[in-house]
Amino acid sequence: MQTLEMPSITSQEPLKLADAPEWFQTLQNLAWETYQNTPAPTRKKETWRFGDLKQLNLDNFIPASEIDAGDIELELNGLEEASAQFIFANDATVHAESDLPEGVICLPLEDALQEHSTLIHQHLLKQEVKLGSEKYAALHAANLSNGLFVYVPKGVEIEKPIEAYHIVAGDNATIFPHTLIITEDNAKVSVVDYFISAKTGQQTNTSEVCYADDADETHLVLAMNDLVAANGSQLNYVTVQNLNLTSKVIQIGSTTVDRDARAKSFVLNVGASWARNESYSTLAGNGAHSDMLSLNIPTGEQQYDQRTFQHHAAPHTYSDLLYKNALYGKAKTTFSGLIAVDEGAHYTDAYQTCRNLLMEDTTEANSMPGLQINADQVKCSHGSTASAISDEEIFYLQARGIQPKAARQLIARGFCVQVIERLENEQLQNLVLNYLDEKFSSIS
Amino acid sequence: MEIEDISTTTAPEIDQETADAIAIDERSKGDFKYPEDHKYDAGVGLNEDTIRYISKVKKEKDWILEFRLKALEVFFKKEMPTNWATEDLNNIEFDKIRYYLANGQRPTRSWDEVPDDIKETFERLGIPEQERAFLAGVEAQFDSEAAYSNVKEDLEKEGVIFVNSTEGLREHEEIFRPYFGKVIPTGDNKFSALNSAVFSGGSFIYIPKGVKVKQPLQAYFRINSENFGQFERTLIIADEGSEVMYMEGCTAPKFETATLHSAVVELVALKGAKIQYVTVQNWSSNVFNLVTKRGMAHEDAEIRWIDCNIGSRLTMKYPGVVMKGERARGEVVSIALANDGQHQDTGAKMIHAADNTTSNVVSKSISVGKGISTYRGQVHIPKHLKGCKNNTECDALLINANSQTDTYPAITVRGNQHVTQHEASVSQVSQEMLFYMQQRGLSETQAMSLAVNGFVNDLVSEFPMEYSVELKRLIDLEMEGSVG
Repeated sequence: MQTLEMPSITSQEPLKLADAPEWFQTLQNLAWETYQNTPAPTRKKETWRFGDLKQLNLDNFIPASEIDAGDIELELNGLEEASAQFIFANDATVHAESDLPEGVICLPLEDALQEHSTLIHQHLLKQEVKLGSEKYAALHAANLSNGLFVYVPKGVEIEKPIEAYHIVAGDNATIFPHTLIITEDNAKVSVVDYFISAKTGQQTNTSEVCYADDADETHLVLAMNDLVAANGSQLNYVTVQNLNLTSKVIQIGSTTVDRDARAKSFVLNVGASWARNESYSTLAGNGAHSDMLSLNIPTGEQQYDQRTFQHHAAPHTYSDLLYKNALYGKAKTTFSGLIAVDEGAHYTDAYQTCRNLLMEDTTEANSMPGLQINADQVKCSHGSTASAISDEEIFYLQARGIQPKAARQLIARGFCVQVIERLENEQLQNLVLNYLDEKFSSIS
Repeated sequence: MEIEDISTTTAPEIDQETADAIAIDERSKGDFKYPEDHKYDAGVGLNEDTIRYISKVKKEKDWILEFRLKALEVFFKKEMPTNWATEDLNNIEFDKIRYYLANGQRPTRSWDEVPDDIKETFERLGIPEQERAFLAGVEAQFDSEAAYSNVKEDLEKEGVIFVNSTEGLREHEEIFRPYFGKVIPTGDNKFSALNSAVFSGGSFIYIPKGVKVKQPLQAYFRINSENFGQFERTLIIADEGSEVMYMEGCTAPKFETATLHSAVVELVALKGAKIQYVTVQNWSSNVFNLVTKRGMAHEDAEIRWIDCNIGSRLTMKYPGVVMKGERARGEVVSIALANDGQHQDTGAKMIHAADNTTSNVVSKSISVGKGISTYRGQVHIPKHLKGCKNNTECDALLINANSQTDTYPAITVRGNQHVTQHEASVSQVSQEMLFYMQQRGLSETQAMSLAVNGFVNDLVSEFPMEYSVELKRLIDLEMEGSVG
């Protein structure tokens, strides 16, 4: 319950973190200035082509207020086995538990800022935001107060993934979670972030809470992540976005992959009324490898707007992007991707594929797959398709005794599973499959 | 001796020595000019008076003058599209361009009556002999106005109209006015507005119902004067069931300063009609070539743009087809070659506006040296349509380490009864391929030319014979000195 008139996130300078290091305070002050001085995107911006600018009116949103962890009614749907688990409610740490090898630092960002200030200073928000949401990245930075910090030292491999729930509750509440992951040389880690809407438990609730149909509060998530993979390391990062159907999310991610390192990012969108994902991957060292994956199942009036950039800054680098959308109802998706190969980044392999499966006649898919090649000895390709399930395919399954409705579901699921397989990690695959099946079961 | 034999087998139509001889001739073919002698000159720069002057010289009706003045307003209001296009556009100095130059010539029907220097210009470019050989009609434009315009008598008897824009709007207003500026409205973009304000020359063509013009019609555009802007306007109407192929070529001498060419080409294919529009663009490398081309295809009609861009400093051209009637078909076949200092920014626009319409885009680009080639495409399939199909393929070949290529398609599909696919690839001529050919006695340059010609071969064959031979030669030429 909001008792006081709260100031909007767009007009009120955010509160400062108590005892934050000086550099962090400067960063936040500057970010607030940048936010105020940066004009909002206009129709003319290529990065917002086909985008829905109306969504950027954030005047109604207020900073999420502190809530009592006991008030949240939520069923967590996560990993079978995690090496660490964090729960943040309205950007406050409510649960932290970990069983990790020595030397690994895995902490809520608010604590890490005190204890590992220099390390964070080196990597936090170091990549310029270029894919359209410059203004909102500044707003995030100005309000940033918590999130997840993972540091894996040289040669340490963590088999079981780490998971962090970012829960937002309260009408018009906004959270600004930040995830910073650093893998040193030859280290290995997998991290899962969940963005989930919850209700503050004041209302009377039945047993089933927190799912997409329980949509009376509007939330906003302005999330960012910095992924830094040093030489020879492996970094997997999965985002599960399952906010309620009236909420919005802007997620801005940047990945830097150094020599012979391999980074893999996966975004699953099943919730929110509007989601904007911006992912920028820099291949900074010889032999770097980046996989960019996303699976989106928008239904009803949901809109997903995704922008990606594969930046090959060094020779002998490899990137492979696969984004799949299965669209239902009046859903609309926009995909805009760019592969840029810098001068001198020879012997580059870069691939980009966006596939749209149009399940209903009222859906809309926009794709803008782009290439910018400045180098020689490059193998690049991009492909984009949009189509429906053909009658032949349905007929084939019907001939085998499968009802048309089930046949369509089966084909759509198979379409989606292709991306999930690319995770190459059973635990992560099962996790995403659970959310996928839950979403499919809500589609009648 | 032996080596020569092998090279003849790989390029059977012409032996190397002859090719070289032709090549040298070809390179300098367009690079000459005659002294200027203009009776009418709208001066330097652009304002309302320029427009009134042009309109007066052309003795135009009031509605055309009004159309021009309105367009000028739009032109001044519109911003440069540099939010998505290259900054090089800002180097166009609109104040230093001469917008209308003519020496009062009326297009003649016989080469004998064409003034000597202009006749010589086109003779050096080989136009009259080509006309005799294989063309059904020719129009030759020199700076702002057509110097020669002729169409074979039998076609004229069947009702084919092939005239320049001034004459088209004056003599055949009832045919052309209803479509004029309708496919490409004045405000479509800054350069279509500019063209609408100052247009002069170009071809207005009408093909009556059921008439199938077997041989191509051709227009030849020539810029002779420095700092000159050429703004021709072409409108082709193919009435029900008719067929026509139109070809345009262009050259200009190499001046010290930049020249602007900004055309508007509108095609209307009525029910069941077929229009093929072939362009071989070989402007000299100081020409800004900013062209708006769009066709409207009605029921069962077909419009094909066959486009080849080899010259110019910056070309921005995205031929489009609006498929307005059921089962209409649109196609763009495009070859672009960008050499040092050139930027070929080309592409296609396919707007599906009726059920069961199909479109196909095949684009191949080659970047040599520091050349930049860009593909920009748009495919739009709106709601409530069914059975629309689009196929887009764009392949890019990079020759040197510092060559550049970009691809920016945009595809919108609404509804689930359509199929679209887009594919693009970027590759090089591999060292192995070159080595293989060199082993068999070809020089590195020959091997490279052969590989590049192989890359575009399936598209080159879409061009009429005479053009495809010339195209191959032009590509060979551009490839010279690109390796090693």
